[in-house]
Amino acid sequence: MTAFHSHLPVLQVIVPMLTAPLVILLNQKRLPWIVATAASLCAFAIAVTLAMSVMAGQTIQYSLGAWPAPWGIELAVDAFSALMLLVVTGASSVALLAGAQSLDKDIEHHRQPLFYAAWLLALSGLAGILVTADAFNIFVFMEISSLASYVLISGGPDKRALPAVFKYLVMGTIGATFYLIGVGLIYMMTGTLNLADMAFRIEDVADQTPILLAAGFITIGLALKAAIFPLHIWLPNAYTYAPNMVTVFLAACATKVAIYVLLRFDFFVFQPNLVGHDFQFTFFLLPLSLLAILVGSSVAIFEPKLKRLMAWSSVAQIGYITLGASLLSVSGTTASVLHIFNHSLAKGALFLVMACLGMRIAQLRIDNIAGIAQKMPWTMAAFVLAGLSLIGVPGTAGFISKWYLITASFESGAMGIALVVIILISSLMAVVYIWRIVESAYFRQPEEDLVITEAPIPLLLMTWVVVLMNVYFGFAPGVPIELATGAAELLHGQTP
Amino acid sequence: MELLGLYYYWVFAILLMIGLYAVIVKLNLIKKLIGLSLFQAAVFLLYITMGKLEGGTAPIVTDANANGLFSNPLPQVLILTAIVVGISTMALGLGIVIRIKEEYGTIEEDEIQEIDK
Amino acid sequence: MTVIFGFFLLTLLLITAVAIVQSQNLFVSVMLSGMFSLLLAVNFFLLDAADVALTEAAVGAGISTVLLLSALAITAKHEKAPSSSRVGALIIVIIATLVLIYATLGNPQFADPNAPVHQHVAPWYLDKTAEAIDIPNVVTAVLGSFRGYDTLGEVFVVFTAGIGVLFLLGTQPGPFAQSNPFKLTDPKGLRHYLIPRVVGRMLIPFILLFGLYVQFHGEYGPGGGFQAGALIAAAIILFALLEGENSALKVIPRSVLIGLIAGGALLYGVVGLFGIFLGSNFLDYSVLSSNPVKGQQMGLLIIEAGVGITVTGVLLSIFHAFAARGKF
Repeated sequence: MTAFHSHLPVLQVIVPMLTAPLVILLNQKRLPWIVATAASLCAFAIAVTLAMSVMAGQTIQYSLGAWPAPWGIELAVDAFSALMLLVVTGASSVALLAGAQSLDKDIEHHRQPLFYAAWLLALSGLAGILVTADAFNIFVFMEISSLASYVLISGGPDKRALPAVFKYLVMGTIGATFYLIGVGLIYMMTGTLNLADMAFRIEDVADQTPILLAAGFITIGLALKAAIFPLHIWLPNAYTYAPNMVTVFLAACATKVAIYVLLRFDFFVFQPNLVGHDFQFTFFLLPLSLLAILVGSSVAIFEPKLKRLMAWSSVAQIGYITLGASLLSVSGTTASVLHIFNHSLAKGALFLVMACLGMRIAQLRIDNIAGIAQKMPWTMAAFVLAGLSLIGVPGTAGFISKWYLITASFESGAMGIALVVIILISSLMAVVYIWRIVESAYFRQPEEDLVITEAPIPLLLMTWVVVLMNVYFGFAPGVPIELATGAAELLHGQTP
Repeated sequence: MELLGLYYYWVFAILLMIGLYAVIVKLNLIKKLIGLSLFQAAVFLLYITMGKLEGGTAPIVTDANANGLFSNPLPQVLILTAIVVGISTMALGLGIVIRIKEEYGTIEEDEIQEIDK
Repeated sequence: MTVIFGFFLLTLLLITAVAIVQSQNLFVSVMLSGMFSLLLAVNFFLLDAADVALTEAAVGAGISTVLLLSALAITAKHEKAPSSSRVGALIIVIIATLVLIYATLGNPQFADPNAPVHQHVAPWYLDKTAEAIDIPNVVTAVLGSFRGYDTLGEVFVVFTAGIGVLFLLGTQPGPFAQSNPFKLTDPKGLRHYLIPRVVGRMLIPFILLFGLYVQFHGEYGPGGGFQAGALIAAAIILFALLEGENSALKVIPRSVLIGLIAGGALLYGVVGLFGIFLGSNFLDYSVLSSNPVKGQQMGLLIIEAGVGITVTGVLLSIFHAFAARGKF
């Protein structure tokens, strides 16, 4: 490993972070976008390099200020964080590359430097959560990413973005504060903040009430951040009224980073040490996941607003992710991690299509897109393919993770069949809500003559790049499966 | 002394829930933010309480007290960070409330929901 | 004596909190929450947390009160009377409180030297500070060096809030500017009011001086960039209230404020990057000088300056953004 290589974990965070103050000083027309996109692509390149090092079997650690852990803050990258870094930096880069025109529409020119700075901070906050190995440091970066996301969402063109973002701010702060209480209680009992050290030292005090209380606070706090049913109520409006490109970025990764922290904390710190905790984890998470899947899909079926429909579908998809984890098996967790990756691809593509439509139509409702496939054939073709991936049709990325999930459910014993039935039912529901849009776009007659054209080229191009990635990872899922399996084995304490 | 220690933790619990109650029940958005800051203040108290050491003083080590006992510096550092995070959230929240007032003419949650219907 | 004082203060804290939530006059709520912060600061002081007490007093009682009052001037002074009873929520909250209180019975004994908090990491900081950094205030050492990465993150939280408020409110007067009867800042300030003017003018230099003292004395006593930034911002806000917002903007224009926000954050980051360029890790200040201890002290001085600059810039920008919205 070269000297430069060893700094990659920290560069992953500080490249976008330190670019943000530079961006607010730029006020030429395109410059803020160019600099922000360059920083995001740079972060993506770092994530790719880190993922390659992890797959080559290296363990990556970094001590900040050269102080040894647990006294200083340590960064660590493993298979799980490497995969998540790819998702986060990839989503940000795609959205920025695609989004210049779309964001010009939503954000006035003189506010753009501030907007792009907030974007970079959101990216750097999410990356910071993923690379750190310190419980309190997670809180700090969680707050950077949250505050920056509030700013991004508040840029939405509809005034309803404001109450939506206020609700998100209140619930997000409660979630983060709950997490902080949990970390404080664990620190009180163990005297450390380093996650690995914590997992080691918690064993002696595992049966005491403050630790149980801490487990409760951390789980609820992160569930709020991750929009796990029934704590999802901030999500649909926040995603609906955000600028289209912000939805692409945040829907693909923001809640998933909270799930990452939840899984990491639970599997590393609590489950090996707390007696009966694994049972409680399943007991709470499994029913909630199933409810999320069913309620989210049902609401999506009857929702007339397109972005809100997609947001409710996200609630259901988060249910799939937590369902896999709640099975407490390596194959279940693999399915869960894999679905984080694949759902980001599918939902990212779908929200990109929404952005394409948003360039040409003011109100994104199912009735307003009647017959639009004649005018925007490429956009709607992309929608159909991404929709198939969301449903989980063979040949798309979505199929791979659903297949893993079904396999894991069968392995889980008696209730396996019931789980599989629910997964299939909800997939049918996904067929229904995707079909409603397809039906309107392809088979209904437009009410008046639509004088619209295809979406702008850069946007359409990036949409198709993501759609083709859905297909590619449907046929060649090797890399994500390897990383996901590695992540699951790590979480279950098996060294690969 | 022992009773006082317990009382510190009880005050933490009660303050936390007073703050949460205000956030959940109050419809006025500024009141919600004030509740949120009470809620966070409770956590500050939890951390600082656990760092206290019997007979200790503030962790400023000079030649005069080099052999003395000091309270734990780490929770204090964490709470310095948390206080700053709290005021940042409050400032951003107030910014959003001002914009809501300008767009909706009210900052009562039920009236906003009525307008959005 | 301390025990009785402790009980008294904590009880007062609870009473204030209840009064804050109960009062329907938002102005009263805000003033009470300023008092709440002061009481909390005294509690922190009793618990040996001098730095935290100073910060809570400056931020909680000072800055957050000013921001809340500015927001009230633009939005509403009274809360609407509650329409329905909230017994259900109250019962849930009371049950949760009892559960929490029950759970705290398992906490390690208060101030017990054998508690895990005082065993593992903390003694190392106390020992290592004298050896590696050689400054008296261990809190500053942990904040700036041992956990300097957290503090970098914290600066960027403040930075994000600053650009967020500027993004939301911009610098233009809002639609309520015309009709708003409550003026936050009179363009002529409080020039016609003799007593505030005379007393305020006398105070400003001392607040500024104290701010600078807190900034540069953070390594020896309680203080540092955050507290200093809050104090300096408070002095300038006081100036704006006395002499009118425009006079304050003449002293420090908006473009300079943006420069301060970005510059302070960058200064911190660049010091960190020097660690990498000079062959060590990010945020390692030891390599800044041939003598590692001197390097650490130098690094701390610069990053604290960066923190102070950004905090001052952000707080003033937020104040001006709020004030511009309420101008008539």
